[in-house]
Amino acid sequence: MTIADTARTMEPNRTSSWVPVCRVDDLEVERGAAALIEGDQLALFLLHDGSIHAVQQRDPYSGAYVMSRGIVGSRGDAPTVASPMFKQVFDLRTGTCLDTLGKERHDLRTWPVAVEHGIVHIRKDPR
Amino acid sequence: MARDTPPKHSRHGDATPSVYRDGMSDNTLTRHLVVVGAGMVAHRFVESVRTRDPEGRWRITVIGEEDRLPYDRVGLTAFFDGATVDDLTLSREHFVDDERVSFLRGDAVVALDRDERRLRTASGTVVEWDELVLATGSYAASLAVDGFHLPGVFVYRTLDDLESLSSWVAERKGALDRPVRGIVVGGGLLGLEAAGALQGMDVEATIIQSSDRLMSAQLDAAGGEALARLIGARGIEVRTETITTRLDPGPHGGVAQLEFRDGSLAPADVVIFTVGVRPRDELARISGLKVDKRGGVIVDAGCRTSDPSIHAIGEVAAMEGRCVGLVAPGYAMAEVVATRLLGGEAEFPGYDLSTKLKLGGVDVASFGDAFGETPGALDVVYADPVAGVYKKLVLSDDASILLGGILVGDATAYASLRPLIGAKLGGDPSAYLLPETDGARPATGPLPDEALVCSCNAVSAGRIRSAVTDDGCTDVAGVKACTKAGAACGSCLPLVKRLVGAELEAAGVTLSSALCEHFASTRAQLFDQVRVAGLTTFSEIVTRFGTGRGCDICKPVVASILASQGAGHVLDGGRASLQDTNDHVMANLQKDGSYSVVPRIPGGEVTPEGLLVIGQVAKDFGLYTKITGGQRIDLFGARLEQLPEIWQRLVDGGFESGHAYGKSLRTVKSCVGSTWCRFGVQDSVGMAVELELRYRGLRSPHKLKLGVSGCARECAEARGKDVGVIATEQGWNLYVGGNGGFTPRHAQLLAEGLDSETLIRTIDRFLMYYIRTADRLQRTAPWLEELEGGLDALRAVIIDDSLGIADDLDAAMALHVDAYEDEWKATLDDPEKLKRFASFVNAPTTPDPSLAYTAERGQPRPATDAERESGGVLIAGTTLEVRR
Ligand SMILES: Cc1cc2nc3c(=O)[nH]c(=O)nc-3n(C[C@H](O)[C@H](O)[C@H](O)COP(=O)(O)OP(=O)(O)OC[C@H]3O[C@@H](n4cnc5c(N)ncnc54)[C@H](O)[C@@H]3O)c2cc1C
Ligand code: SF4
Repeated sequence: MTIADTARTMEPNRTSSWVPVCRVDDLEVERGAAALIEGDQLALFLLHDGSIHAVQQRDPYSGAYVMSRGIVGSRGDAPTVASPMFKQVFDLRTGTCLDTLGKERHDLRTWPVAVEHGIVHIRKDPR
Repeated sequence: MARDTPPKHSRHGDATPSVYRDGMSDNTLTRHLVVVGAGMVAHRFVESVRTRDPEGRWRITVIGEEDRLPYDRVGLTAFFDGATVDDLTLSREHFVDDERVSFLRGDAVVALDRDERRLRTASGTVVEWDELVLATGSYAASLAVDGFHLPGVFVYRTLDDLESLSSWVAERKGALDRPVRGIVVGGGLLGLEAAGALQGMDVEATIIQSSDRLMSAQLDAAGGEALARLIGARGIEVRTETITTRLDPGPHGGVAQLEFRDGSLAPADVVIFTVGVRPRDELARISGLKVDKRGGVIVDAGCRTSDPSIHAIGEVAAMEGRCVGLVAPGYAMAEVVATRLLGGEAEFPGYDLSTKLKLGGVDVASFGDAFGETPGALDVVYADPVAGVYKKLVLSDDASILLGGILVGDATAYASLRPLIGAKLGGDPSAYLLPETDGARPATGPLPDEALVCSCNAVSAGRIRSAVTDDGCTDVAGVKACTKAGAACGSCLPLVKRLVGAELEAAGVTLSSALCEHFASTRAQLFDQVRVAGLTTFSEIVTRFGTGRGCDICKPVVASILASQGAGHVLDGGRASLQDTNDHVMANLQKDGSYSVVPRIPGGEVTPEGLLVIGQVAKDFGLYTKITGGQRIDLFGARLEQLPEIWQRLVDGGFESGHAYGKSLRTVKSCVGSTWCRFGVQDSVGMAVELELRYRGLRSPHKLKLGVSGCARECAEARGKDVGVIATEQGWNLYVGGNGGFTPRHAQLLAEGLDSETLIRTIDRFLMYYIRTADRLQRTAPWLEELEGGLDALRAVIIDDSLGIADDLDAAMALHVDAYEDEWKATLDDPEKLKRFASFVNAPTTPDPSLAYTAERGQPRPATDAERESGGVLIAGTTLEVRR
């Protein structure tokens, strides 16, 4: 699950572990950015429709920390990122691998994202 | 059971491919006859041999590129009157149903080894022959105008052509709330048939003819006039003396209008080009058989080519100095060769060019010496303009012997007159019928189910078929995911695509040549669409010509198309998000997520000072260094956030980006040439440097490599490059279409003895023409192979300017040369661009903590998992000290 679709209206719950990461303005539409949060590497994606998604930076197929450098696009309705290493394609909303290119399926971990006063927040306890 | 394929294939490279010669038969006297092409003439030939060789002196293998049983091309238009593929299929009896005939369909012969008498197909099958027959027919000629490749533009030659035409028309009908408008370019026999076919689909039809009359090859002026009236009465509009100069797309991306030389425009939802056919003589050319200068494999009266073990029959054969696009002479040639191979004597009887138009309600026939070219010939003319009838008989000077004639409006006499050509006119001529073929038998499958298609992942043809029929896959990507076929090296994908296409077709679905789910067009079509529409951003392009938000396939294609059209820096104008990571950060991604950096070293020439700069950078940043195959130096292990610093040092030292990351010019490799070498005849390094500086940064469908050698000894291995230049005493020889890698190819000679200026102009045009028309990730060699007309057509376009686009190509290259800037320097100069090189958005200079290195042979390399676990690794950023 991700709450990115409601990113504009969602008020981060200050009592849970929402971590501020960067300004929305620091992100570029359809090009990922890596973030380092308490030792975890995340990849953040700002999409054309204004929604923001966070997935793991580690590419499960190569083991390299590169997901933010993949090409963003769509498969049907799903916003996607393709690994820059071997081009597996993942659904940015769920982390589900949509095209394993014949390999075993590995999904990406995702994090809830919210925006408040132009600042992107990540909820650190996953799902 | 019918066997459509040879009993076994020996794969390419196998040293003992003689399986057909005696493998299947106890009779070692059986010889192997191999037929290339499975069209009408090949079918007739095989049928003739098999019916006349009951004792089986010959085993026959037929290899046909179309993935179908031979079909009746002459009757093709019946497809629009409801004839099915089965109806059009020719008799199987002495073909696939014959146990001495092996039929390999859906595979093209790509190479002939005449010394070894063996051939190789596109799928890698090797077949030996005792006698070889080329029956490869013709292809539909194309017109060199912008927009020829737009969706909705068709030729009219194969069942595939007609199927795509009919589904396009069906689609347009659904989308438009007015009648669909069709234009046929070319007013010959075929054009009239095609116009009739359009009408049959309720499409308004217009014929555009460049000369002054319809069917100008068969009719005189009066006949043409009479025909125009008949055609007009049938509701088909005709424009003569009209030259098409351009096709423009509409908002849906497909063709929308034609522009003519006089500047006028005509709307069109579908366009069919019937502007002639060209013999498919490419195999003959590459294997050094004699070919006619106007095309076609030269044969003698016995249909023998310049190689005694090879015959050519049908449209591909240049007999008596010409190729003829009619089936009857082809059948005659088939009989000649069949007779000879069975020990008889036979010679081609000469061409009979008689033709009759097959267009309902419009009777036209032309036969014999229709234009009265025989000295002293007399015309007898009967014309009834009101009834629309024009009849002309051509007679000998004493009016006794029939030489030929033209019948328009009423051709009932054709059948009785044609056989009388050369005979005394009079009496009661018997009816003559063109040998018609029987049809209406079901087709069976091509490759046997157990044939291995993907050798990397051991996927058989049967598995691929069942992915479609049982697992419900509907495209190649689906089949790839489901079966793993093509998921490794990808070299079998074309075959997978064919199999999937055939299977889907059987299920009534057609396979598209779409780039990806977001664009229905091919790269070449998209290139045209973008250029003609003058669009410069991905959003505009995908909104106008595609759907969705793109993907890792179409985005880099669009980025490359825009770059080739002179769009500026790769990171400007919203194009940054389109780039693959390599193009995005202008370095090459390595397995651990770090990058390698390659400064340009034009022609491989470097000063000692330059080497010191590179060495010092490598030392300071702890980079692994290696000399590349392209005569330069690659520096590995740079982290994203280090790239600008590294570039700054290199730029300060006089270097610039080497574009090792781009689908663009890589290197121009050179030998030392006449400056030092005792054998050199020209300055190869100087030329290499000039070429590299000219084409640096040029974005293309795939990487480009060039080479320049100073003499014929070829130390620079230039013929292994996309463009190879070899110096001679007379000037430069230019070779194109070579590459190393997975499928090595030698470049082929394009032009000889060029001076430097002509050389550069020719390369300019070659590269630009390739960039405009090639497919995504198609290198020059396969592009050239697929180019209709091959090397000759290429020469015509870029040297003789047959398409009239040379100025355009020159201008496009001039634009590139003028607009070139070093991407590294431009990035360093722009703080906005530099922001992209932060390791983390919230910690811009912190190195990726996952990177770890260990030393090997005195240099760093990524640590293995085991090494990481045991400790003892260098962690990037902490132990690799950077000196400023
Ligand atoms: C719509 C239409 C109407 C026509 N009407 C008439 C008519 O009324 N009268 C008439 O006389 N003629 C007519 N023709 C022309 C007639 O069809 C041709 O003359 C005839 O088909 C030529 O036969 P062919 O076997 O030489 O070539 P083709 O029928 O072209 O067959 C050659 C085959 O070889 C294959 N091939 C080519 N290269 C390779 C390779 N390297 N490896 C494997 N396979 C290869 C091709 O894919 C093709 O299937 C018409 C043609 C068309 C398109
Ligand atoms: S190709 Fe000729 S000129 Fe160049 S190094 Fe070799 S021998 Fe010398």
